[in-house]
Amino acid sequence: MRILGISAFYHDSAAALLVDGRPVAAAQEERFTRRKHDQRFPESAIRYCLAQGGVGLDDVDHVVFFEKPLLKFERLLETYLANAPRGFSQFRAAMPVWLKDKLFQKAAIAKALMPMSASVDVESKLLFAEHHQSHAASAFFASPFEEAVVLTMDGVGEWATTSVAIGRGNCLETVREIRWPHSLGLLYSAFTYYTGFKVNSGEYKVMGLAPYGVPRFKDLILEKVVKLKPDGSFWLDQSYFDYTTGLTMTSRKFHDLFGGPPRHPDQPLGQRDMDLAASVQAVTEEIVLRITRELASTYGIPNLCLAGGVALNCVANGKVLRDRAFERVWVQPAAGDAGGALGAAYAAHYLHLGRARTVSNAIDGMDGAYLGPAFAQSDIEDRLTRAGARFTVHGEVETLQHTVSALESGDAVGWFQGRMEFGPRALGARSILGDPRNPSMQKTLNLKIKYRESFRPFAPSVLAEHVADWFEFEGASPYMLMVAEVRPEHRRAMSEAEQSLFGVDKLNVPRSSVPAITHVDYSARIQTVHKETNPRYHALIDAFRARTGCPMLVNTSFNVRGEPIVGTPEDAFRCFMGTEMETLVIGDCVLSKNGQNPALAQDYKSEFELD
Amino acid sequence: MLSLAKELTLYMSARRKWWLAPVLATLVVVGGLLAVAKGSAIAPFIYTVF
Repeated sequence: MRILGISAFYHDSAAALLVDGRPVAAAQEERFTRRKHDQRFPESAIRYCLAQGGVGLDDVDHVVFFEKPLLKFERLLETYLANAPRGFSQFRAAMPVWLKDKLFQKAAIAKALMPMSASVDVESKLLFAEHHQSHAASAFFASPFEEAVVLTMDGVGEWATTSVAIGRGNCLETVREIRWPHSLGLLYSAFTYYTGFKVNSGEYKVMGLAPYGVPRFKDLILEKVVKLKPDGSFWLDQSYFDYTTGLTMTSRKFHDLFGGPPRHPDQPLGQRDMDLAASVQAVTEEIVLRITRELASTYGIPNLCLAGGVALNCVANGKVLRDRAFERVWVQPAAGDAGGALGAAYAAHYLHLGRARTVSNAIDGMDGAYLGPAFAQSDIEDRLTRAGARFTVHGEVETLQHTVSALESGDAVGWFQGRMEFGPRALGARSILGDPRNPSMQKTLNLKIKYRESFRPFAPSVLAEHVADWFEFEGASPYMLMVAEVRPEHRRAMSEAEQSLFGVDKLNVPRSSVPAITHVDYSARIQTVHKETNPRYHALIDAFRARTGCPMLVNTSFNVRGEPIVGTPEDAFRCFMGTEMETLVIGDCVLSKNGQNPALAQDYKSEFELD
Repeated sequence: MLSLAKELTLYMSARRKWWLAPVLATLVVVGGLLAVAKGSAIAPFIYTVF
């Protein structure tokens, strides 16, 4: 049974191919088109998935779209009716989009698939899953659990913004929902907008900014904006928001409550912005913890699965795990809408077709999320040669030793190996690596490679077998979706003068023996690296550990700000030449910056819109 | 267009929302006029609620 899942037309279009219940390929369209969060029909991703599966579209049994457009249209119409005559500005913006395109999504999908198929009846293969059903299916069916509570939280799908389902074997039954317009994802997005970041991509910046602030607005939010019940269900006072009727996230009443208009993106960040970030983060954690505690006590199931955009909030995830209401927590690595493609395919396989499910004995059913394209060594060499790169080729051991030497000497190293990751995080297949012990590494990576705000922390990739030696964390976090603190013995005490530093200046004070990955609150966004899913990356970190005693590396995504993560060796070479990265390792090819033709260096970061 | 009309009919039947039919018709006419008068629209500061 071959099922192709598709998510498209909102943000992060993607495709996934499921063969007999196992994901064999999945990728986001942005990696091919080089347009961040590309929402267009994922033609390139589909072509890749089919090629990776060795099948044509005619061999596919079902094509499943990740949501139901007519239900979404119903929600829009009922919202406009309920609010009329307010809401005309949004109605005027939304209707042309719907009447020209989105109402015809079924026909549009069939038409876009036609060139890939010899069969004329593509439409008969089309199925539609519900948005939160897709999220829940992506979380439960890929998890290592036979039985679990499945919690999905995001902005909005059709009607649901938060849903709870119970997964058992090949069944998944939705038992509770919170509906539009009351949405935890949209609450977070409202503060993202208000603090001057871009909605739907800047949320993780708010999360990164939160540790610099004091949650002094938390009580105000819970008193005025959010009515929170003991069981975690919530109600948002819509008079503080504008997203149901207008074209911004927050209303004038919201601005009056928090003391001024939204920050303009060009204005410097101040302590108030940091306090706002800390406050919405604290409210989010409070809501999520109340929900998970309630679900654990109601259902008595020890396993929890998470998906939806809010599940990318790894700080909240870490708190849920430490809360121990659930014994085990598993988060879908592609928790956002891209993962809906995989979830839609799972929903068709298990829920629509009723196929039997065997729970994977491995860490989970995601193969480490390495579901994207790979390049053979000969292909890499051909592509690099055509791009004008100068490189040397080595055996595996020698390649690792070269890389470790470069890392030890303080280089930022581009690391392009094997199959690309599915989901927003780079997990050691398309990564930029550095030495976490180096006190200047964080600043170097932020300002010379990524060209982004210096307040944001980097994540450590740590050998799974050593994670508990360095962090207050046990178990697996293979997808960088859990946050935990550096163990006290590795921390460095701060002087009074250092403690009194303001905001981002705090970050420049080393606060552990691995300062590049330690945030100002001693937290770190952990990725555990497992020999079973990424043996080469594991071997690299182990070689670094053998030389330095440090079983981890700094891992950040292989891109510049606003650029999708690199997809091909040519993308990687271009990024390498366009930044101050010193070393690039692609397959067994090693490239040194000072050995390259300087004429090939191009400053291309202005090509990408800021995210 | 015909297949869409059929789908909408099936949808209203399944959801028992026949009351949406006149609303749909009115909104489609108004929205259609807007669509003709104006190209596609992008809302710059909002989550993609539509």
